Amino acid sequence: MSPAGDLGPLEVRIARKSVTNAAGQPVEVLAHLAFRLAAGEVGALIGPSGCGKSTCMRIVAGLDARFEGAVARPPGPLAMVFQEPRLLPWRSVEDNIRLAAPAVDEAELASLLKPLGLAEHRAHFPGELSLGLARRVALARAFAVRPALLLLDEPFVSLDGPLARALERELVALIGRRPVITLLVTHDVGEATRLADRIFVLSPRPATVLGEIRVERPRETISPAEARSIEDQVEALRGAA
Amino acid sequence: MAARLASLLALLAIWVAAAHFGDPRHLPGPAAVFTAMGKAAASGELFAAMGVTMARVAAAFVVAMALGSALGYAMGRRALFDQIADPWIVALLNLPALVIIVLLYIWVGLNEVAAVAAVALNKLPNATVTIREGARALDPALDEMARVFAFSPMKRLRHVVLPQLAPYIAAATRSGLSLVWKIVLVVELLGRPNGVGFEINEAFQLFDVSLLLAYALPFTAAMLVVEALVVQPFERHVSRWRPRPA
Ligand SMILES: Nc1ncnc2c1ncn2[C@@H]1O[C@H](COP(=O)(O)OP(=O)(O)OP(=O)(O)O)[C@@H](O)[C@H]1O
Ligand SMILES: [Mg+2]
Repeated sequence: MSPAGDLGPLEVRIARKSVTNAAGQPVEVLAHLAFRLAAGEVGALIGPSGCGKSTCMRIVAGLDARFEGAVARPPGPLAMVFQEPRLLPWRSVEDNIRLAAPAVDEAELASLLKPLGLAEHRAHFPGELSLGLARRVALARAFAVRPALLLLDEPFVSLDGPLARALERELVALIGRRPVITLLVTHDVGEATRLADRIFVLSPRPATVLGEIRVERPRETISPAEARSIEDQVEALRGAA
Repeated sequence: MAARLASLLALLAIWVAAAHFGDPRHLPGPAAVFTAMGKAAASGELFAAMGVTMARVAAAFVVAMALGSALGYAMGRRALFDQIADPWIVALLNLPALVIIVLLYIWVGLNEVAAVAAVALNKLPNATVTIREGARALDPALDEMARVFAFSPMKRLRHVVLPQLAPYIAAATRSGLSLVWKIVLVVELLGRPNGVGFEINEAFQLFDVSLLLAYALPFTAAMLVVEALVVQPFERHVSRWRPRPA
């Protein structure tokens, strides 16, 4: 397996992104939003609700080309967990995963489903799942793709604490196994601290990067004091804005 | 089920009573009709006519659904294409069936191609508009999902688009079949030397209502069977993923 250093970086430079609202007026959603992630890194975007995080994710995914600026993605497959699960309601859990990741073999699929608690839901249709289960299927689908770039838009909301932690560990394991650049949107500073190399604190709409916080020893157990210090930095950046 | 059966029996009873009290030349009773039916069946003419007509129904239906689906999908997805094609569809939708049939017989000739094309052209705008509705209602969120996970065009069509269009295809099929077989009879009456429509014209020339019903009833029954054995199972199959209400 190739080392993480082989992949290119993710470079996002969005000078401006505006949308037209229902009344026909232009609304500026993103302004001077720029950041960079090196190969193998995890970046976390944290910002207030409605600031433009999902808009930014869609641009990074290449789903929206109508913006000023440029995005350079690492070569290779893309996977995304949207803010809603976005499963095909007429296909079973297993088919939903296999359609996105045709190369996945039986052993790999089983090893993905088991830790996510999905083993007995393989044959179910998405309509038979709770929202939390559907979110886990969306995660399994994204992991199964073996992405070079993994985009996660608030992947752990609506899951209870212990489960969210278990999924965080799955994500960390995945990141450890393969070279992948991960961009994660979250409201939870603790989650960002546990997962990210870099935390980008966003302003209210139009979103811009207020500041970047580097996590010293990412994805390792850190002392409550260190965690507290990161929270204080986030608060300071938000306060200064 | 019992109510349906009772209703059907009531219809039969009314028929018997009306035939009994009315002029049997205008409305023969069930017995006379079944006798005529038996004769037509024994000579093989009934099945030959039904077979020919069924083949025309199938051909016209397939052509209209295929073209109508493709056209409707394109119109639903592309606004410019919709603007260009819409006036044509509206014109076709409002052109009387008879006009289309006669024009095609004149332009193409009194042949099978003209007959099938005339029927298909009558059904086409109807299928197009229905599928266009479906294409407009496609979920953009699933489209984005398919793009992110790099679905091929075939995969997208089969797993993302068609399941969403299925209810619209079923609706177009349902209304389409009944429309197509009615128009096929007119086309046969006007310019074909065989088929149920042709036989009905014969019966008309002879003022033989028994013969007319002997051809019309089995064919109607056959279309009902197609609906029950093909269309309804298809609808159930494509909606099997929907959670059933408790
Ligand atoms: N078509 C539109 N018309 C008007 N405003 C829009 C439109 N699309 C998005 N917006 C605005 O853009 C902003 C950013 O939306 P976005 O979904 O990116 O927010 P978000 O940061 O992901 O929020 P959340 O945390 O709630 O998911 C919102 O304030 C929204 O109101
Ligand atoms: Mg969002």
